[in-house]
Amino acid sequence: MSSPGFFLLGTTHQRAPLAVREKLALDAEASAALQAELASIAGLRELTILNTCNRIEFYGVAETTDTLARLEAVYCARQCFSPEEFASFRLSLAGQEAIQHLFEVATGLDSQMLGETEIFGQVKAAYATAQTRQSTGPVLNRIFQKTFQAAKYVRTQTAITVGQVSIANVAVDLAHNIFGDLKATRILLLGAGDIGEKTAKAFQSRGAASLTVSSRSFEHAMELATAFGASAMPFDQREVRLAEFDVVVGSTAAPETVVSVEAVATALRKRPARPLFFIDLALPRDIEASVADLENAFLYNLDDLAKIAESHRVARLAEVERARAMLTEKSAALWQQVSAQGAPHAPTPAAGKPAVSPA
Amino acid sequence: MLAAFSDRQWLWLSAGFYFAGFVLGTWSLLRRGRPSGVLVYALIAAGYGLQLAGLGLRGGAVGGCPLGNTFELFQFTAWSAISLYLVIGVAFRSSVLGYFTASLAATLTLVSLSIPAWDSGRRLRFFGHNPWIELHAALALFSYGVFALLALTSLMLLLRHFSLKSKNLGGLFSFLPSMVDLDQIGLRLLSTGVVLLAASLAVGANYWLRDPASASIGKLLITVAVWLAASIALILRLRGRLLAKRFAWTGLLLFAAALLSLWPIDSSRHAVTVPSTPINSPTRP
Repeated sequence: MSSPGFFLLGTTHQRAPLAVREKLALDAEASAALQAELASIAGLRELTILNTCNRIEFYGVAETTDTLARLEAVYCARQCFSPEEFASFRLSLAGQEAIQHLFEVATGLDSQMLGETEIFGQVKAAYATAQTRQSTGPVLNRIFQKTFQAAKYVRTQTAITVGQVSIANVAVDLAHNIFGDLKATRILLLGAGDIGEKTAKAFQSRGAASLTVSSRSFEHAMELATAFGASAMPFDQREVRLAEFDVVVGSTAAPETVVSVEAVATALRKRPARPLFFIDLALPRDIEASVADLENAFLYNLDDLAKIAESHRVARLAEVERARAMLTEKSAALWQQVSAQGAPHAPTPAAGKPAVSPA
Repeated sequence: MLAAFSDRQWLWLSAGFYFAGFVLGTWSLLRRGRPSGVLVYALIAAGYGLQLAGLGLRGGAVGGCPLGNTFELFQFTAWSAISLYLVIGVAFRSSVLGYFTASLAATLTLVSLSIPAWDSGRRLRFFGHNPWIELHAALALFSYGVFALLALTSLMLLLRHFSLKSKNLGGLFSFLPSMVDLDQIGLRLLSTGVVLLAASLAVGANYWLRDPASASIGKLLITVAVWLAASIALILRLRGRLLAKRFAWTGLLLFAAALLSLWPIDSSRHAVTVPSTPINSPTRP
């Protein structure tokens, strides 16, 4: 037995493959039921469950390591998961290390897509849920509030979140650079390639005004349009109606280009004040390369987008150490404060478990 | 101590704040990879207040709008551009525009302060007792301030166009507003400039028709030429004949033309001049 302490127990995408994470994931209902079950564990003072597609993490304050062992046992039993197997994927930290981990999670440093910002909202939601369930107390309240401040600070002071790192989001960002607000932007998706679909979805999720699908098989276009809540257009109208759209995403499997430079020049004359943006994700390419020479037309192919995504990823990587150093400084200061207020030690590991670092 | 400052000292102080905005923006861009929006805006706003104090003192001393020599014309043009920026900057939410504006204001004010010859003769009661001709001059200069801001947004549009075509989107480029937004703000600025200059010409023409000897033909032709060029650019833009890059280049050329026209306009004027002396109080002569 040891004194109470702040802990983290769980697993993440860095330790467990997708198939394991699927088995360990909790939906909202299961999470609530588990939390109710965990409430009966003596010595578990505070608890927040962070459950995303990339991680299941329990943050809390435990009186002893036995408390942690019981938490783990209850969780594994509920998920019908072997505790021995769980031990091989387990991430168990305590004290400042656990705070540092939470800081890095909220900042996106521990995300699969480095620097992504969605995780910040997920951590906030997890904390809000825990508050609703009245499972937080002075330690978690302080640590989570400080986590949000630290994550915001690092995101502002470093370039860790600058630039998109997925092809689809890079394409949407480029459209932002051309059109600004996408609320008035009309998208034409040519073909039904997987990456084209993802890009169209990214445009829809960022508020594009409309999406039209056109494929060499009209049935296929209709099918896809229905799935997206979009409209379908016969493939032979693609060039004649080009002027109606702002962004054209090419992802057909056509053996030659399907949009000619002449068609684009004609479309530009019909809409002189608005540029046209072409995203060519097809191989072989869908849009004639000389379209890039037209003044108010912008053409990006798969290689261009991949290069931009990679440059963003490299730029973010270059910022990781700086961000981590800032967070370490803040986590050390926070742990000092938390320790001084009555949670001086972390629970020590039970026999046979990986070491948990004390503060 | 501040009460003892002369108008030029206030204006030096103001230029210092604009320059500080430029330095902070550059530092922030190099160090953090992004311009510092709020701080630069605050420095520009502080500089604007100080410039207003300096121009107010000068106006009180010369007995009218301080537009009597090249120094004053430059100061007033910079002040006009900043006036608009302080409104647009908030709505536009572009930290890059603030950085560019601070650079332009620092250049205009520091250059005008550094050349004593531009401020060697002050014209007292330059506009006589006619408030209309004073309004004419102030409107014209304010429209030049609008063209200054148009030049900045045009420069930003050219940079954005270059970044998109060259597929180089990092660094400063990542903070530029979109092509369409820049084009729209440029169109609004050009329209505002044309309307203000038209109003200025209308007021001036009314005065000139009654007293043709009051203004030189040269000055009249130059002002009308600037207005005509801006109006033609506006019509071409509205008809979809002057777009993107060409529209941006036109915006830059218009400001250059407006700036260059200040010399012949200024030298064509006839007025009473007095030797330059520090003016410490707003006492009218």
